[in-house]
Amino acid sequence: MDTEWIEAVRAGNPRAVARAISAVERGGPGAHAVIAALFPFTGRAQIIGVTGAPGTGKSTLVNELAKYYRRRGDRVGIVAVDPTSPFTGGAILGDRLRMQDLSGDPGVFIRSMATRGSLGGLASATFDAVQVLDAAGFDLILVETVGAGQSEVDIAKNAQTTVVVDAPGLGDEIQAIKAGILEIADVLVVNKADRDGAGATVAALEMNLNLKPKSEKSWRPPVLKTVAIRGEGTGDVVDWIGKHRAYLEAEHLLKAKERARFRSELDMVLQRELMSRLLSHLDGDEMDSLVDKMASREMDVYQVANQLLHAAERSQA
Amino acid sequence: MSERPIRVLIAKPGLDGHDRGAKVVARALRDAGMEVIYTGIRQTPEMIAEAALQEDVDVIGLSILSGAHMDLFPRIVEEIKRRNVNDALLVCGGIIPEEDIPALEQMGFVGVFGPGTSTQDLAKFIRDEVGQRRTRSAQSPSPAR
Ligand SMILES: Nc1nc2c(ncn2[C@@H]2O[C@H](COP(=O)(O)OP(=O)(O)OP(=O)(O)O)[C@@H](O)[C@H]2O)c(=O)[nH]1
Ligand SMILES: [Mg+2]
Repeated sequence: MDTEWIEAVRAGNPRAVARAISAVERGGPGAHAVIAALFPFTGRAQIIGVTGAPGTGKSTLVNELAKYYRRRGDRVGIVAVDPTSPFTGGAILGDRLRMQDLSGDPGVFIRSMATRGSLGGLASATFDAVQVLDAAGFDLILVETVGAGQSEVDIAKNAQTTVVVDAPGLGDEIQAIKAGILEIADVLVVNKADRDGAGATVAALEMNLNLKPKSEKSWRPPVLKTVAIRGEGTGDVVDWIGKHRAYLEAEHLLKAKERARFRSELDMVLQRELMSRLLSHLDGDEMDSLVDKMASREMDVYQVANQLLHAAERSQA
Repeated sequence: MSERPIRVLIAKPGLDGHDRGAKVVARALRDAGMEVIYTGIRQTPEMIAEAALQEDVDVIGLSILSGAHMDLFPRIVEEIKRRNVNDALLVCGGIIPEEDIPALEQMGFVGVFGPGTSTQDLAKFIRDEVGQRRTRSAQSPSPAR
């Protein structure tokens, strides 16, 4: 592969960065080649996840955070992920709509991504996009995801600091806990504090935090109120992200976090690669007829899976 | 690794205030399996070109009702070219008089769609055109493509 584009990405050339992200997003050997070329130049960026229920104000908050970091002189990359429709494969990616203040600033690069529903691939694709931005020299990368399921939680694991955004009146505090979203929060934000019920939402989150077992050293997430559309309280969010970062550094947790991330990434990639290799050895018709056997209660799922695994091993040998 | 979904930027340049039509188009294209980056109203030529660049879109769709297209579109095309986004398909729709179409085609718009266009026709047009372009560019591979 010629290396001109690698230099262009590293120099932060927006066209080269945009294309490299498209390539990693597409997956397969092309994506692997891009990552292989850029990986040595990653590991410098501070990565911040912003997640939470739909419509809580994540994009509006990201816009405000990015403005703060720009004032500090950081170059800011943003990856905003929205769900792909499971029915049509299409998506409306609307996060940029709330980030217009950042437009025209060459120190900001915003990329919208759809979840595309690939098998566990979302977190990998998102993180690969983050790695492209990291190699392109962005000091700080904000990753917005809709906190709905496991894959979003996986994405959050890729961040050094995760901000979970809630809003009053959603009645989804319980929902959030179910999705394990509170577990991943380093900073909790109750946005739309201009609305009724913000105090109650803060209290509910505080209560849930108090239920968690505490150890002397561990980090306790603050619960902060913001009105992101007016930029109120967003400075506190920046401060607490900074405090969390300082905590990670003081406790020597950054390296540990990175190792944990690499480990979970490796697990994910292995799962995906093994699965696709396995499927390439299997015959679709045979699988269908085995599903028929399950439907008629002749074989159960473990028997079928074992039979297929044996068949794949034989055809590989 | 499957075919990359078609990525479309939908933007409304100029000062006309509502975006009902643009939203209908955005939804229809999503329902046709495309990824639609929706940036909303009051987009400057610079904002549109920058979004197209960063999002690496296959299609740039402009919607305009104000009548300012002959003023705004050349500036948008200029900003797009300045950023080297030369392979994105340009289409536009809204209220555009028949007599402006040749000039728009001259500027590089491959599709000009009036208010009566069905969203199915629009989706089919985009799919066909992008399909052709992808086949062509697959024959001349460029880095990271
Ligand atoms: N009242 C009030 N509205 C807000 C506030 N912050 C954001 N909003 C509005 O809430 C709506 C959703 O904001 P977004 O920033 O798009 O929220 P989001 O969480 O990114 O939404 P999705 O990406 O669709 O999940 C918009 O209409 C915002 O203007 C706030 O502090 N107060
Ligand atoms: Mg959003």
